[in-house]
Amino acid sequence: METLANLALGFSVALSPYTLLLAVIGCFIGTIIGALPGLGPSNGVAILIPISFALGLDATAALVLMTAVYYGAMYGGRISSILLNIPGDEPALMTTLDGYPMAKKGEAGNALVLSGVASFVGALLATIGLILLAPVLARVAFLFGPAEYFALYLLAFCTLGGMASNNQAKSAIAACIGLGIAMIGVDSSSGLPRLTGGNLHLYDGVDFLVAIVGLFAIAELFFFIESHGKGSSIGVVLDKVTIPWKYIKQTFPTMLRASGVGFVAGVLPGAGASLGSFLAYMTEKSIAGEKGGFGTGAPRGIAAPEAGNNSAAGGALVPMLTLGVPGSGTTAVLLALLMTLNITPGPTLFRDNPDVVWGLIASLLIANVVLLVMNVPMVKIFVKILSVPAWVLLPGVTMISTTGIFALTGSYFDLLMLVGFGVLGYFLRKLDVPTVPVILGILLGGNMEDALRRAMTLSDGDPMYLFSSPIAVGFWVAAILGFVAPMFLRGILKKPEGHKD
Amino acid sequence: MTKTLLKALMTSAVVAVSATGITTGAASAAECIAPANPGGGWDFTCRQIGKIMFDIGAVDKPVQVTNMPGAGGGLAYGTVVNERGSDEDLIIAASSATTTRLAQNAYAGMTADQVRFVGAIGADPGIIAVAADSDIKDLGQLVDMVKADPGSVAFAGGSAVGGFDHMKPLMVLQKAGFTDITKVKYIGVDGGADAITQTVGGFTQAMTGDMSEVVSFLANGDIRVIAVLTDERVPGFDDIPTAKEQGFDVVAVNWRGLYVPKGISDAKFDEWAGKLQQVADSAEWAEAMKANGLAPFTKVGGDFQSYVDGLVADIATMSKELGVTQ
Repeated sequence: METLANLALGFSVALSPYTLLLAVIGCFIGTIIGALPGLGPSNGVAILIPISFALGLDATAALVLMTAVYYGAMYGGRISSILLNIPGDEPALMTTLDGYPMAKKGEAGNALVLSGVASFVGALLATIGLILLAPVLARVAFLFGPAEYFALYLLAFCTLGGMASNNQAKSAIAACIGLGIAMIGVDSSSGLPRLTGGNLHLYDGVDFLVAIVGLFAIAELFFFIESHGKGSSIGVVLDKVTIPWKYIKQTFPTMLRASGVGFVAGVLPGAGASLGSFLAYMTEKSIAGEKGGFGTGAPRGIAAPEAGNNSAAGGALVPMLTLGVPGSGTTAVLLALLMTLNITPGPTLFRDNPDVVWGLIASLLIANVVLLVMNVPMVKIFVKILSVPAWVLLPGVTMISTTGIFALTGSYFDLLMLVGFGVLGYFLRKLDVPTVPVILGILLGGNMEDALRRAMTLSDGDPMYLFSSPIAVGFWVAAILGFVAPMFLRGILKKPEGHKD
Repeated sequence: MTKTLLKALMTSAVVAVSATGITTGAASAAECIAPANPGGGWDFTCRQIGKIMFDIGAVDKPVQVTNMPGAGGGLAYGTVVNERGSDEDLIIAASSATTTRLAQNAYAGMTADQVRFVGAIGADPGIIAVAADSDIKDLGQLVDMVKADPGSVAFAGGSAVGGFDHMKPLMVLQKAGFTDITKVKYIGVDGGADAITQTVGGFTQAMTGDMSEVVSFLANGDIRVIAVLTDERVPGFDDIPTAKEQGFDVVAVNWRGLYVPKGISDAKFDEWAGKLQQVADSAEWAEAMKANGLAPFTKVGGDFQSYVDGLVADIATMSKELGVTQ
């Protein structure tokens, strides 16, 4: 009952014609930011913070706008994943695996609507989870020390091999390349720079967005040039846009499970939306087994990562609001926004600023509904983009994403790196090495190393510390099973058909 | 259909242009570089000081804020030193982190004397805290535990190894006569709140950070602050003892201030110092400090340069012992 009263308070704060208008604008901008490779949710929100100051928005209005952009970007990321095979941002990475093959089969509209619905379900469940469980879940963060985090990241890496490619060794090589790239930058456990060649631009490491745009968009451009525009994988068959009730019904249990997995991953500080969508995808893949057709355009392969990343986005708000510990890059920026509004998230936020917290929750619910309503009709517009000839579309996307990358730091160095990653992506694809594990290596590698180094500092280098809690041991068992099981199963089950670009 | 695409392109162009528009200010107005992304401490410094300067009439036009993240402030420092060395309309946000990195030669060979430090007008007091249910009662007890067995106490803080949060307990230990500072366990996590989480969770025994980072946890009763590293007790937190009164004469505050390019005239330098002093004296700044957990700490002009030089020398010595200097 108290929750309902609080929620009513939230809606009274957030529901006015003015804030609704802001929510619609925010959702629209967010969707575009998410869809553009090179602009992710965190940059989108970061870019808009000064604008919200310039507009002189008050705390509630600024929050509504930012959360609308945040959720909008989480929705939007899927669009370029599905239509162009270029993830719009890092959490949408996993959606390329099945979304793009499905679009190639001529079901681009279905894929977009299905992923939109999955996003809605994920975000809605996560918001409900946030409402009901936030104070309880906040305590979970206290159970996770360096050893537990290391085991969690290890679990993610151990399941990588079974993904994206039929060749585990190639996935492993790709993940190692990613890990290697993640080592660049100032080492947080000694304060010394590594592999930077003394270049200040490399001190902060390699930005994921640079890697994603380079490995996907720029590499695609190189293929396009090489084949004189004929060999491009862009150019999917159009279909009529209807709501694919069949798929939605069929994948509903998947959405529920993926939302659960994503939410848990989101709640853990430092894991975030990318890990959420990855774990959701891998969970569904292992439930479906080899017959699930994952990687070839399976509806479940689209529903799982989208529900997973959107619910992780909601879950990441739990530690951000209750502890002031951001669970993802974007929540770090939202946290900064709250602090500039003179609101310090932390254990007393729910008590001291109920209007802010419940206003935020209400605006999440509003943004989510607005996005669903907006996205289904908008699918037609997005699908039409595909009828634009590739020789216009591809350079256009590249130009925009390059501008986006430049806007990140305003330095040309990132553009050089972008081209470097493009070359890397080109050769990897020539060698049939999947690029998704490279990105995951970069995304998770740094965190995994930090966790290990911290654990070793705390334990004076005693490796047994890594197995010192039941949670850590649980993850280790799951990790080993995840790594070993596919090897044995592979012999028993028939190999699935790999899809070719 | 091409029209739709054009529309999409236009929209994104607008987004991109507005994004870059923020980072390139008009030449005529004064510009403040925040060497980090929007939202952090440096960004706060630029926006608050810039806004107040305009509000109280110290500058004619609104101060343009440019975010130039990279290398912990190193990119911005390099740009100022190499490309804008005599730009009279340029101020850059700085804090203890700036001097710490300069002392550790973390800005690729650039030194503190390549710019001019104008002043600091506010500081976040350094603190050392333990979990609420910890057996550690005061700073003396913590120091004795480290002295007896350095492995028994691990500190967590929001900066990397060798960063300012790491330096705080080391300064206290040095005052206590403990010189084997490389034995002290410290893990650098993602921010003060994360350091508190690790400490409350029992993974580390103490956290080191800034007052503003712990206020909410303190109010909730999750942690106890056993020492604040200021000259006097902090107003509003009068029951928290200083390290000084517990016998460890250490002052470590995260000051917020500005530097300017080296090549500007003395008259211009004094003008900026005057403007900063005006901000420090304003009611608006008092309000902003209160809302952000900052304590008054005003050192402007020539005074400040000698304070910075002293800080850099101290930290450089300690960093050499720690082995974090490049």
